[in-house]
Amino acid sequence: MTAAGTAAPAVRCRALTKHYPSKTGLVHAVNGLDLEILGGECFGLLGPNGAGKTTTIEILEGLLAPTSGDVEVLGRQWGRHDDDLRQRLGISLQETRFQDKLSVLEVLTLFRSFYRRGLEPSDVAALVGLSEKASAWVGRLSGGQRQRLAVACALVGDPDLLFLDEPTTGLDPQSRRQLWEIIRAFGRKGRTILLTTHYMDEAERLCNRVAIVDRGRVIALGSPADLITSMGGAHVIEFACASGTAIEPAALAALPSVRDVVAGAGDTALTVSEPHVAVPALLGLLQAHHVELLRLTTRHVSLEDVFMHLTGRHLRDEDVSPA
Amino acid sequence: MKTYHPLRELTLARLREFLREPEAVFWTFGFPLMLAVGLGIAFRDRPIEIVRVDVQQAERAQDVVAQLSSRNDVVVALHGEAECRERLRTGKSALVVVPGDPVTFVFDPSRPESALARARVDDILQRAAGRHDPVRTADARVTEPGSRYIDFLVPGLLGMNLMGGSMWGVGFAIVDMRVKKLLKRLAATPMTRTNFLWSLAGSRLLFMLPEVAVILGTGMLLFGMPIRGSWMAILTLAILGAVSFAGLGMLAACRAQRIETVSGLMNFIMVPMWLLSGIFFSSERFPALLQPLVQALPLTQLNDALRAVILEGAPLASQGWRVLGLVAWGAVPFTLALRWFRWN
Repeated sequence: MTAAGTAAPAVRCRALTKHYPSKTGLVHAVNGLDLEILGGECFGLLGPNGAGKTTTIEILEGLLAPTSGDVEVLGRQWGRHDDDLRQRLGISLQETRFQDKLSVLEVLTLFRSFYRRGLEPSDVAALVGLSEKASAWVGRLSGGQRQRLAVACALVGDPDLLFLDEPTTGLDPQSRRQLWEIIRAFGRKGRTILLTTHYMDEAERLCNRVAIVDRGRVIALGSPADLITSMGGAHVIEFACASGTAIEPAALAALPSVRDVVAGAGDTALTVSEPHVAVPALLGLLQAHHVELLRLTTRHVSLEDVFMHLTGRHLRDEDVSPA
Repeated sequence: MKTYHPLRELTLARLREFLREPEAVFWTFGFPLMLAVGLGIAFRDRPIEIVRVDVQQAERAQDVVAQLSSRNDVVVALHGEAECRERLRTGKSALVVVPGDPVTFVFDPSRPESALARARVDDILQRAAGRHDPVRTADARVTEPGSRYIDFLVPGLLGMNLMGGSMWGVGFAIVDMRVKKLLKRLAATPMTRTNFLWSLAGSRLLFMLPEVAVILGTGMLLFGMPIRGSWMAILTLAILGAVSFAGLGMLAACRAQRIETVSGLMNFIMVPMWLLSGIFFSSERFPALLQPLVQALPLTQLNDALRAVILEGAPLASQGWRVLGLVAWGAVPFTLALRWFRWN
């Protein structure tokens, strides 16, 4: 992807913290977070609910003041160059409900009027596939169409930097793919994107680099491929044995090309570099120990595995209180 | 390439939203119209108030009934004692006459029509018995337009509507946008606060024009209310009132997170004015102790100024203090609202 001639990072923040007072004491929503997003890249903030993704992105958007830390966006600072920054940013918040009784085109025209330069509202409607709905009231749009309208409002000022906070949460698969295509098209123009998500596949498909955020800190950073490689293997073999029979993890770890063994309650997961070598070896081992195999699957390593490997928790765990 | 003006687009968006909401249009235009027509009919042309009097069954009761029936401003009926009391208690009659010596009047003195009936019946009976009045009297009835109740009422309704329209229109719009997180989204654009707040005030001014026309038009066409002052003065007062109450609406809405909160706050501001500011009856009726408060309220100032201009033809300059009061009531809340405004 081209960097649009910007050598300097599009976003840089250092030692960012945000503390909220709450009934149970101080909540450390963001707790010493460092980020550097390059011009022209699509960067993903990945993490479970309550990890501090939204707080972080809203600080970068200038909507929240950090408790401490330095923030620089497009080489400028909030509080000193606000109008200049706002002219160059496109923002889609996690949830915005536009006026139900205005049409798509009217909403886009309203947002267009705030920017000194930008795209024609009807062009943006076409860009997000809402041309046919241009004169329909917002109240009559489906969830996916509303989300595309929200992204269109972010694009109408022709921004250099696009912030998308969970752009596809709650959408059906088709709507998600439509939005991904819109985001990719924006990236192809060499512009910078920062998006938050808790969907692995979204980050893997869209992002050049991702930062995995947990409890207000970055716990891993790199391209999706790099992060997956850091697991030591590109594939996972998951299998389950009949009850009462088991294989020692040490014996599994000794199998050829096995990098990691995670023994769960029923399932066992092996991270392997070469499944065609590991699978026959595993089957041989099971046969030698007279262990009955119930199930066996192989798949590619995902960011979900990376997250689990790093934290021992699932990304979609809902038991984390949102910040 | 087209040019886009944020203030124009924001105002247009407000206008469209309003006009596409049939309930809002009804409450702004239809309701005051119905109120004016209803009250106007209720208080219209009452040349003589007819009183309903019951005569209790007794000796000589028929004579009393005959004497009272000769008058067209008394409706008289003859009933037994228990029924008379029942009818009095339930408001079907204003007075019970018990014939005898003395003739006894049974009534509740706190009911104005009962007091009127007592005086009238006493007068009829005394004359029938041969009383001569030593002083000659004559009546000159005041019914010309400009001094009737409906003339007093219409400017008050106009003031009330300007207050309600501005406060609900601005306060609800702000909190609704905050609930939808639309305010936060707008704050993330280069939109200026000034444009945003002016668009709210500006759209109020545009809605206000038909409101003024509907209410004053009804007064003029249906009830022959005179407009003695200049239209410019009336319009200036209406604009001042609308902007002033828009400022109060902004203040009520500047931090409220829920519709319920802002409703409560606005009722807290408006209910005292509905009661004290002379919409349906003159605010001068309140005791002297309360007058400094009553006169300081913005709706009192607006209503009194509107009445002075519309009914007495007073020039705007003569309403200087009231105008200044309205300006202050708009400017101070507006400034505070701007300072305390919460976008998310």
